[in-house]
Amino acid sequence: MSEASGGYYVPHGSHWPIIGSIGLTTMLVGVSGYLQGADWGMWASLIGALVLLYMVFGWFTDVIKEGVQGYYNNQVDASFRWGMIWFIFSEVMFFGAFFGALLYARTLSIPWLSGADVATNQVLWDGVSLGWPTAGPSQRAEEFTPMGPWPLPTINTLILLTSGVTLTWAHHALKENRRLALIGFMWATVALGTVFIGFQAYEYYEAWTHLNLKLSTGMYGSTFFMLTGFHGLHVVIGTIMLLVIALRCMWGHFTPDGHFGFEGVAWYWHFVDVVWLGLYVFVYIL
Amino acid sequence: MTATTEHESEEYSGLRGFAARWLFTTNHKDIGTLYLLWSLLMFFVGGAMAMLIRAELFQPGMQVVDPYFYNQMITMHALVMIFGAVMPAFVGLANWMVPLMIGAPDMALPRMNNWSFWLLPFASLMLLSTVFLPGGGPSGGWTLYPPLSLQMGDAFPFLIFSIHILGISSIMGAINVIATVLNMRAPGMSLMRMPLFVWTWLITAYLLIAVMPVLAGGITMLLTDQYFGTTFFSAAGGGDPVLFQHIFWFFGHPEVYIMILPAFGILSEIIPTFARKPLFGYSSMVYATASIAFLSFIVWAHHMFTAGMPLAGELFFMYATMLIAVPTGVKVFNWVATMWRGAMTFETPMLFAVGNVILFTIGGFSGVMLAIAPADFQYHDTYFVVAHFHYVLVSGAVFSIIAAVYYWLPKWTGHMYNESVGKTHFWLSVIFLNVLFFPQHFLGLAGMNRRIPDYAVQFADWNMVSSLGGFGFGVSQLLFLYVIIRCMRGGKRAEARAWEGAKGLEWEVPSPAPHHTFDTPPRIETAGH
Repeated sequence: MSEASGGYYVPHGSHWPIIGSIGLTTMLVGVSGYLQGADWGMWASLIGALVLLYMVFGWFTDVIKEGVQGYYNNQVDASFRWGMIWFIFSEVMFFGAFFGALLYARTLSIPWLSGADVATNQVLWDGVSLGWPTAGPSQRAEEFTPMGPWPLPTINTLILLTSGVTLTWAHHALKENRRLALIGFMWATVALGTVFIGFQAYEYYEAWTHLNLKLSTGMYGSTFFMLTGFHGLHVVIGTIMLLVIALRCMWGHFTPDGHFGFEGVAWYWHFVDVVWLGLYVFVYIL
Repeated sequence: MTATTEHESEEYSGLRGFAARWLFTTNHKDIGTLYLLWSLLMFFVGGAMAMLIRAELFQPGMQVVDPYFYNQMITMHALVMIFGAVMPAFVGLANWMVPLMIGAPDMALPRMNNWSFWLLPFASLMLLSTVFLPGGGPSGGWTLYPPLSLQMGDAFPFLIFSIHILGISSIMGAINVIATVLNMRAPGMSLMRMPLFVWTWLITAYLLIAVMPVLAGGITMLLTDQYFGTTFFSAAGGGDPVLFQHIFWFFGHPEVYIMILPAFGILSEIIPTFARKPLFGYSSMVYATASIAFLSFIVWAHHMFTAGMPLAGELFFMYATMLIAVPTGVKVFNWVATMWRGAMTFETPMLFAVGNVILFTIGGFSGVMLAIAPADFQYHDTYFVVAHFHYVLVSGAVFSIIAAVYYWLPKWTGHMYNESVGKTHFWLSVIFLNVLFFPQHFLGLAGMNRRIPDYAVQFADWNMVSSLGGFGFGVSQLLFLYVIIRCMRGGKRAEARAWEGAKGLEWEVPSPAPHHTFDTPPRIETAGH
């Protein structure tokens, strides 16, 4: 059943999806319980997360094994490519929602509150005038310092851009079968990703402790942390993916003309990179 | 091929075999069947909720349920019907039919296909469980507008995460359809030779991938507003509750087309078969579908005319919305032109398809009325809107799904269904549907609000008529269940080409379609449509 017959390849059945469903549901039910203060919440979410991790590990192990054994023909390879492209497109739209919220607040809702729409201003907060960044017109809004582009975010921009370059060098090395360069550049990329995460964590620490900039700092804090937070999460996932690919490069899984695993992760990393450029411009500079 | 079949029957015997077949399956037909059966179950669950709603509205005053539970029922009815019944039914049809129609052995990513399905029951049960949690289920309407939606009980995060899982399931299903259509077509099956059901699903899948993540982002903001102190939807922090409406309807309006474009595809398969003529204006159908998909992204705020928008916004969204009538009109024209001077017969699928064209068009017309911003100030949140979207969703989306089931049941089961019960099902459905929803136009124009369990006595008569229609419609659907079960268990043997006028690859394979089809790619010489 799993053999390619007549040019088509249909994989055999798999128990990983159902394990994934159980893991994901357990985890999210657990998080829900935790948010509502239930005692079992944290345990359920942890167990669910472990099951989910087990699924991810097992599923990818199977796929990698089948790939290395040469089950995947060009058609399967193309299916994987289409799948990855449209997955990344869905991610773009997810970030779009948060960028849209930022744009809406800055160009519409905050000016309206500040009097561009006279009725809104008079009825809600008469006479209030807000600029950007703002924690909002509420009396409870505390003083805070916004996060500027200098120095950390600019350094992080350079780090991410550099990581894109090293990854491309690694790709060229892979295509030209220069293994040493490939592995070196891969680890350099992983290192750059890790440094980025470290700096981002430090930035959050600074924001929280010294700038009094928190999730609850009005619209500025909300958009700042949600945008950079989801981006940071994607960098973490991307770095883990790069790490696995670096190891697979060392294990010799890829050939100069058959390495979709490498390319898929590279696309994902470039996507993360591009999102960061959007953040750098719209969150830090403007 | 024979060896494979024997091997399988061994593999699938006993309880372990049963689990291996249905839990671990990578077969598009099995997964399609699972989707269709699950959506049928959810159709009756959501339908039972509708029966409760109509029972409460049978007379003015509070009789059957308490108002808070009533509000949960209207919210859950919508969520269950949209995310549990209609969308999975279309995905099920896509799973079964798209590979057969384009000559592919299976979907492009069969294991992910399995996961897309097997997230669905878990998420649906999580969603349904909210009704039984302290504080009850969501009761502020399926649109989840803050601040109202933030005031619900313990079930709030369960609701949000269940929608997240449903979204993940839909996105993976959509990615699979796109990859299948773009990568798995048999040699000779060029894009412009594809059956329209495949075309409409390709465009639907694009819409799904574009907007489900936006909904995920919006409800994530709801979650963080509730638990982590963000103020996306609170003016006190510089946010705006209307922002949620924008995000929601940026998803919500394409979502409407996600539920109707595959229906258009189904009509474009069934009508030529029973008119025994090729589809009129094939390429204009493709372009009209693409135009509708494009326009669906720039009309969202017509759901928010009364929320407070600048005049320029009102005007833009009004005119953009009216534009949709143009490609939709092209489609209706093409279906009518396909039937024109055709050698028509009216088997059950054709009855549902023709009923669909007429009744969907009524819903389309009331949609144009609602698009007129100044008029919408009057219609907004009245029963006129309820009548409008039930005409497009029940006699549009649901009728098309029923038509598709009758049309392809012989291919799935290898048996013909009972035609006279099928026809009875159609006539009862179509009569009761109009008794149910047509009076709601009058109620709405007379000023009856939607989402209320009680109403002024002046609305009593039409509500009673509507409720009687509702009970009749609900009971009639049991006939559908009966037909399906009977057909699965036996009946007259269906030929490979179950319908005399049917064209297309799916009718080239035997009925029932073997577990594996097109192990070697067929060669397509002519268009299937």
